Amino acid sequence: MRLQVRHATTYRFDPPVRGVVQSIRAWPSTFEGQTVIEWSVEIDGAVRGSSFRDGAGDQTETFTLLGPVRETTVVVSGIVETIDLSGILSGHRERVSPLAYLRSTRQTRSDSALRELAAKATIAGAAPLEQAHALSNAVRDAIEYVPGETHAATTAAEALASGRGVCQDHAHVLIAAALTLGIPARYATGYLHAEGGIAEASHAWAELWVKDLGWVGFDPSNGVCPDERYIRISSGADAFDAAPIRGLTQGVGDEALDVDVQVVEAAQ
Amino acid sequence: MGQNQDYFNEMFESGAVRPPYRGLGDWAESMPAELRSLKQSEAEKLFRRIGITFAVYGEGGDPDRLIPFDMFPRVFSAEEWRKLERGIKQRAKALNAFLLDVYGRGEIVKAGLIPQHMVYQNEAYERAVAGFKPPRGVYSHIVGIDLVRTGPDEFFVLEDNCRTPSGVSYMLENREIMMRMFPQLFKENRIAPVEGYPALLKRTLASVAPQKCEGEPTVAILTPGHFNSAYYEHSFLADMMGVELVEGQDLFVEGDFVWMRTTEGPKRVDVIYRRIDDAFIDPLCFRPDSMLGVPGLMNAYRSGGVTIASAPGAGVADDKAIYTFVPEMVRFYLGEEPILKNVPTWQCAREEELKYVLDNLPDLVVKEVHGSGGYGMLVGPRSSKGQIEAFRSKIEETPENYIAQPTLSLSTCPTFVEEGVAPRHVDLRPYCLVGERIELVPGGLTRVALTDGSLVVNSSQGGGVKDTWVMAE
Repeated sequence: MRLQVRHATTYRFDPPVRGVVQSIRAWPSTFEGQTVIEWSVEIDGAVRGSSFRDGAGDQTETFTLLGPVRETTVVVSGIVETIDLSGILSGHRERVSPLAYLRSTRQTRSDSALRELAAKATIAGAAPLEQAHALSNAVRDAIEYVPGETHAATTAAEALASGRGVCQDHAHVLIAAALTLGIPARYATGYLHAEGGIAEASHAWAELWVKDLGWVGFDPSNGVCPDERYIRISSGADAFDAAPIRGLTQGVGDEALDVDVQVVEAAQ
Repeated sequence: MGQNQDYFNEMFESGAVRPPYRGLGDWAESMPAELRSLKQSEAEKLFRRIGITFAVYGEGGDPDRLIPFDMFPRVFSAEEWRKLERGIKQRAKALNAFLLDVYGRGEIVKAGLIPQHMVYQNEAYERAVAGFKPPRGVYSHIVGIDLVRTGPDEFFVLEDNCRTPSGVSYMLENREIMMRMFPQLFKENRIAPVEGYPALLKRTLASVAPQKCEGEPTVAILTPGHFNSAYYEHSFLADMMGVELVEGQDLFVEGDFVWMRTTEGPKRVDVIYRRIDDAFIDPLCFRPDSMLGVPGLMNAYRSGGVTIASAPGAGVADDKAIYTFVPEMVRFYLGEEPILKNVPTWQCAREEELKYVLDNLPDLVVKEVHGSGGYGMLVGPRSSKGQIEAFRSKIEETPENYIAQPTLSLSTCPTFVEEGVAPRHVDLRPYCLVGERIELVPGGLTRVALTDGSLVVNSSQGGGVKDTWVMAE
């Protein structure tokens, strides 16, 4: 599938700030499931530098804006050719040991309910892949997809207790549950081409380390493994750690944020 | 002078003065009491004047309290030092090889010599630098190795400090003050100099300048600020090295590099000797609420625009659980037998060892795996029943947080006390520098437990410091 993305994030500062520094990881991952036809990340007037691929395989670059800055827009756009690999991240070059993804964070820490969810989804003698699917299904069943009930800082335990959430919560709960079973797990961000042509926002899912297959994506929100409708961008231990844009302003202005994402099928 | 039979006295052996201390044979005894107290108050004045004070976190009291300075030097012979030096350098080399390995291919884990969870699930393991090779493959540029002595030829490593070991300013100031107060001693004895340390540190840091550095590297020391307990040391070292002392707000990242704001405009910084913990050095990579760091620093580092010393992630080599495996590291990476011994250590995370520890608490020293500074530890033989029982419940609650060691018979060194001169227990922290070469100045920081019978030398627990002499060949 040939997918075209345009993702604009506008930050407004009132009063204007002295400067903005951003660490951006918004380039499509390099693996067999996707081929970049064209891609760009632009911020008007920014000084760019410190570009490199980190140990997890994410292309990273620093953008600096000297102030005063009243408004800045990060525009991520491009075209990617994708194929369905059933979520398997094959051919992805990364250098972090999967064992380094066994530590939980504030957002993926387990509690007794999470441990119980994982225990109930445990199938004796199951193959690792089957086990991972069972976990993902259990998470989908435990949390109804309801936007607006949770927020950026909601933890896995909180989301599970409320029984409602969005893709971020699904991913956090799946990661937390997998960690209690000793399965390395992490958060992946990207884009999803939803039916109707416009996705609500950028998407997120979880990746679990499956013996003999490596990293495999699971999207409990849609009950599938990422296929040709998905573009993978970045990863990390949780939503915060995986964020494609991390920024810091110098100054004390109030910050407002506008996000506009479009993912459509591109003309061949 | 009192002599305790149970402990190795570094000055007296069977009533005779050991060779390295010959120059001090009757120095202390022939010093009139008035002169001694005069000298002691002179030393204190000097320390106050240069501003070398030490604040201890969480202790309250006077933040400008002086660490007590004891005028009686601690002495090593050239021969003793030669062996120590070889052992320290060997250990520093192995620790760096370990760090390069666990952020690379992880051979030591694959070989089954260190349990994988101890490395990869360690809080100090930084995923952000996995796969990144720092200049010359060095992670820990200043390795502080804490040593104790139990006999003429017996030294044990208590712990390794691979992040930002402090105290080297005391090594330098103690010497400076001794030379000022007792110039005659330095004429009569051939004592190897330590004053070359700042120049050596600067050379070491310059030797690990990043790929993109052109010309003479610019070095800076990054401090959390004047409220930090080691701030004096940060500014002292910057002065002695002739480099800038900066705080996070003095630096910024633009393009590929890190820049320092100066009165003549921005100046590029190539090597940052940071005295800030990993979690705080870059809010865009680690803790987002850090006000101490430099946003974007980790990106500049990982793309070869700046060197950070010690390297982020170096802490995985110096935790007290990993410590147990350092002798294995020496054999695995260097193919040599360790010259310095480890103290036998029981891991409370292991069930059988935990049982032994709980059964023998009155005889053991128990430490927190991630603790430092002598906090949160139990010295069994010097604790009351109540203290031991309270500590027992702490261990039972989270055994994996504790390790235990036998109570070592730390050597003693003559020390000025109220009644004259008496033996007090000492340890030693030498500072090994790792860059293009591995170097060690002949000396270190000797800490002394000033309380009679105490084995805890930490300055936060009533410890003092001494000048450390290595006799020249």
